[in-house]
Amino acid sequence: MAGTRDARTALPPSLAANPRLGDWLRVLPGGVVEVRSGKVELGQGVLTALAQVAAEELDVDVARVRMIAAVTGISPDEGPTAGSLSIQHSGAALRVACAEARAIYLGVAAARWDMPVGALTVQDGTIAAPDGRTTSYWELADDRLLDRPAAGLADPKAVPDYRIVGTSVPRVDLPDKLAPRPRFVHDMALDGMLYGRVIRPPSRGATLLDVRTESARALPGVVTVVRDGSFLGVITEREEVALRAADLLRADAKWHEAPTLPDEDDLPAFLTSAPAETRVLAESPPPSSAAPAPAARSHEATYHRPYLAHAAMGPSTATALASTAPAGDEAGVRLKVWTHSQGVYPLRRELARALKLTEDQVRVRHVEGAGCYGHNAADDAAMDAALLAMAVPGRPVQVVWSRADELGWEPFGPAAVVRVTADVDTRGDVLSWRHEIWGNGHVTRPGFGRSIGLLAASHRDGGEPIEPAAEPPLERGGGAGRNAVPGYAFPAYCVVNHRLSVMPLRTSSLRSLGGFVNVFAIESFMDELAAAAGRDPVEYRLAQLTDPRGRAVIEAVVRRSGWADWSPAGSSRSAGHGIGYARYKNSSAYCAVVAEVEAVTEVKVRRLTIAVDAGLVINPDGAENQVEGGAIQATSWTLKERVRFDRLTVTSDTWDSYPILRFSEVPAVEVELLPGHENPPLGVGETAQGPTAAAIANALCDALGVRVRTLPLTEQQILAAMPD
Amino acid sequence: MPDTDPMRVTVLVNGQREEVRTERDTALLYVLRNHLGLTGTRFGCGLGRCGACLVLIDGRPAYSCDTPVWAVENRDVTTVEGLGASGRPHPAAQAIIDGQAAQCGYCISGVVISAAGLLAVNDDPSEDEVRAALDRNLCRCGAHNRIVRAVLAAASSLRASRDSG
Repeated sequence: MAGTRDARTALPPSLAANPRLGDWLRVLPGGVVEVRSGKVELGQGVLTALAQVAAEELDVDVARVRMIAAVTGISPDEGPTAGSLSIQHSGAALRVACAEARAIYLGVAAARWDMPVGALTVQDGTIAAPDGRTTSYWELADDRLLDRPAAGLADPKAVPDYRIVGTSVPRVDLPDKLAPRPRFVHDMALDGMLYGRVIRPPSRGATLLDVRTESARALPGVVTVVRDGSFLGVITEREEVALRAADLLRADAKWHEAPTLPDEDDLPAFLTSAPAETRVLAESPPPSSAAPAPAARSHEATYHRPYLAHAAMGPSTATALASTAPAGDEAGVRLKVWTHSQGVYPLRRELARALKLTEDQVRVRHVEGAGCYGHNAADDAAMDAALLAMAVPGRPVQVVWSRADELGWEPFGPAAVVRVTADVDTRGDVLSWRHEIWGNGHVTRPGFGRSIGLLAASHRDGGEPIEPAAEPPLERGGGAGRNAVPGYAFPAYCVVNHRLSVMPLRTSSLRSLGGFVNVFAIESFMDELAAAAGRDPVEYRLAQLTDPRGRAVIEAVVRRSGWADWSPAGSSRSAGHGIGYARYKNSSAYCAVVAEVEAVTEVKVRRLTIAVDAGLVINPDGAENQVEGGAIQATSWTLKERVRFDRLTVTSDTWDSYPILRFSEVPAVEVELLPGHENPPLGVGETAQGPTAAAIANALCDALGVRVRTLPLTEQQILAAMPD
Repeated sequence: MPDTDPMRVTVLVNGQREEVRTERDTALLYVLRNHLGLTGTRFGCGLGRCGACLVLIDGRPAYSCDTPVWAVENRDVTTVEGLGASGRPHPAAQAIIDGQAAQCGYCISGVVISAAGLLAVNDDPSEDEVRAALDRNLCRCGAHNRIVRAVLAAASSLRASRDSG
């Protein structure tokens, strides 16, 4: 029988963990298929890609697929939407679940007509028999059919049969956003909704001694002031009143302050001397049978990145509603939360823990927010809204963070120092390689640590500080160690991580995690080694890279950028070009970038040429958009961004003190996606981050002859790197 | 404290005269979003530094997050909702959809306002002119180049419709 088989194969992990087919999809009599994923739209277009996967396997028009935002208790639990894994996890599950749903509906039609399933065809949900009889999923729609666990009995389509996957279907969410119709969590306007604001401590170590609330309470429209330890918030009838009341409370609060932050001007010294847990993450000794080749020379270089902010355009926001009945609503739910968190289930677990509720008493629903590039303050805003909502049961409370709090209090991508050492042979090829990292970990997501990973929880009476960020194992992509294992065929290497056991500034996941600084360091160092050996950077890399897919992206970008014929002629003398390459996480998409820069008083990136092999691409236009966006964001990090702070607190809390790349500064970007060759799909959202930084730094060195090893590549850092 | 609605303020938004109850120094942004339900205008920074809150005031782009509502009495405010004609999006918004020139879309209302402000005075801008006009907008997702191409395409379609009509 077509579409089914006797031998069951293993279900994809997401489907095995959430096996009920009805949790993934539902056929509605009106000609619509509702599809639920545990992954959420972060601005990356994942709902569109997942809709394509579902439509493909079901043989329905993609316009019939309605993607339902993740909500606890109903949607599959797929953890956080992170690590460029949504297509690999949720896509794989939907592929199998939808193929099986198709087979089930075909089975019903076949039984009704008493003919073999193999004789039937499906076109846009209409099932046809050879004798001309037709029915459809919609006519047969019956929730009971999918109220069963996936059995892995239906074969998903083979890649050559794809008609929807692999095409550039337009984004399903953009029409609302351009119309515009309310779609963001910020746009929610529930009946009776109140507006909350939280007054954050004036500095990192501050504790609230006393607050006079009379002036704030005297404002017309103030509902109440909430204080719990050093957590201070206000709830009002109108948003404009919340802003004024928060200003009054800020002025009327007395705090105890103490310096807790390191010296920003000497950050590398802090990172390399602070208490740390040292671990060898990976080691590949040379074969004991072969005598180690004698090293002709040794090289060493040390690189540094600052703390970086996610700096989303829309500040973190959430709305929460507490039940008036102590036992909760008819479903026993005592707290409802609307959030742009990356993971509704992990957030629910953490909220329940913080508020001493059971998980069933909390319902967390995803509503889209501004672009999310990792663990930002979305979860913190959800906790803020929950704490305030508990003070006014029956009235929803919306909390919107200020720009200053967003840039000042979100979890940052951690600062780091990376030292690379290599022994090379007489030709300059690497014999042994050592990569050492100092810095905070990259994971303080809710639910990943012993302490409650929510900012307000740490400020409440008796609240514990959020414990220093952890290091996930390298097999799961690592954190600080991500992309620290060299992708080249070096005879020996060793990767060591010094994970700080103190965390003066909260750090967590930012797009590509440690991959950004590790690839910046490795690929800068590769250029330094090539230069020391008098070899072309491309030839030097290819000579030590055996992975054919890696070689292919380098060869593609070299061809497309015109590497061999490139000259700075026609422009200023201070132009240069450079290359960077990595396979993201050493297991995901391959990416090579060539940057062309011009450096006069400041660095300007004129053009980025990028080649990516991400295996099977679900939506080529969406993938290009993600790669281009990632590269532009990485250009911004590389040229401009650095979280600033004094001994008390973060000072870069406006767009003036935390500048990002503007339209007139954005380089031309060309993206080439290599053919997938039936390789499995790999995420593309983070693959360009590290290679872009390295390509720019290498191009800068080509332009000026100055090797800048400290990010961002500002005029100040260039001057500091110039020989005396 | 009960909300005693201290003031009645009249504004002219998208051609409609609207009366709202708020303090006279309330930022126009909150009047638009909460009192009038026009949520296409978005809060980004509150300081006029990112462009998410842009509206047209008497036809020119202005930051609604730091414009007090008293300052727009007797002036003509146009939000992104009021740009299109007869339910159709503004050509810049349409070109952004056609070119899939957005990622998260949070900045995009402000971008459309900037583009509309530019195209109203220059329907044949160069790429550099488009970039300069959009420098008051920040985009974090990296959709800049697609947005620039979309605005150039919108200019071209505006000229074509003008020539033919």
